[in-house]
Amino acid sequence: MGHVVIDVMLKPEILDPQGQAVAGALPRLGFGDFTDVRQGKRFVLAVDGPVTDTVLAQAREAADTLLSNPVIEDVVSVHALESDA
Amino acid sequence: MKIGVVTFPGSLDDHDSQRAIRLAGGKAVSLWHADADLHGVDAVVLPGGFSYGDYLRAGAIARFAPVMDKLVPAAQGGLPVLGICNGFQVLCESHLLPGALIRNDHRKFICTDQRLRVENDSTAWTGDFESGQEILIALKNGEGGYVADEATLDALEGEGRVAFRYLGANPNGSYRDIAGITNERGNVVGLMPHPEHCVESGFGPSTDGLAFFTSVLHSLVDA
Repeated sequence: MGHVVIDVMLKPEILDPQGQAVAGALPRLGFGDFTDVRQGKRFVLAVDGPVTDTVLAQAREAADTLLSNPVIEDVVSVHALESDA
Repeated sequence: MKIGVVTFPGSLDDHDSQRAIRLAGGKAVSLWHADADLHGVDAVVLPGGFSYGDYLRAGAIARFAPVMDKLVPAAQGGLPVLGICNGFQVLCESHLLPGALIRNDHRKFICTDQRLRVENDSTAWTGDFESGQEILIALKNGEGGYVADEATLDALEGEGRVAFRYLGANPNGSYRDIAGITNERGNVVGLMPHPEHCVESGFGPSTDGLAFFTSVLHSLVDA
């Protein structure tokens, strides 16, 4: 069984309220060196068998249509899970 | 006149919308998300709630519901469609309206009586208002921040497609205080506040919401 990993992040110019909440909490816990936090999403899609080019192409299409909204989000990466190899 | 109200798993305000339609003098028709048929309705309301739990992104999964396969081309062909709150999110995810709704800038769910200014009284859903009119209707959302890129915002403003703007404090960080927008043709309108909760005296802060539903009935009679 193979896996495709898809990472999605809010575009840099879009406010990230969740990231801001985390950024506010870090210094309270003593992690004072971080100036900003952006929170993204990771999807792991499983397939029977290996991750072929066809599978990757399908995953890219899913990433562009359902898994991200191009108005506010960027698909940062679509790749086979390396630990499967 | 038959106005359909789509119920997705997680819709909350479908019955309020049906009631608002009946109070306005229309016939409310219940539409099911898995139904690939609009049952001959003359207009459609996408109600508030949390379609498919709002997992992934608000409205993202509802966009791919079977009923949307029929609704999207019908809306592109001129069928009046009103998206309220979650319905607005579904319309943006469907690309029937530009932009997107993100989590409120203050990160809290908000529930309040909201003043709005009607900016466009020539849509299918706003004909019974007058441009510049102030109305007061309920607002409740967690992901109500309207965002779009500068070019889109400028186009919306330039073409008169900002249908409603927040008055007073901006409740959720929406760009340019935008509370609702319309498509170019004026048949598709989306807004975050909830007119369907403000259609009867004694329930909610006003009856200003009723005009949304009478507007579309009048527009259908005139059409």
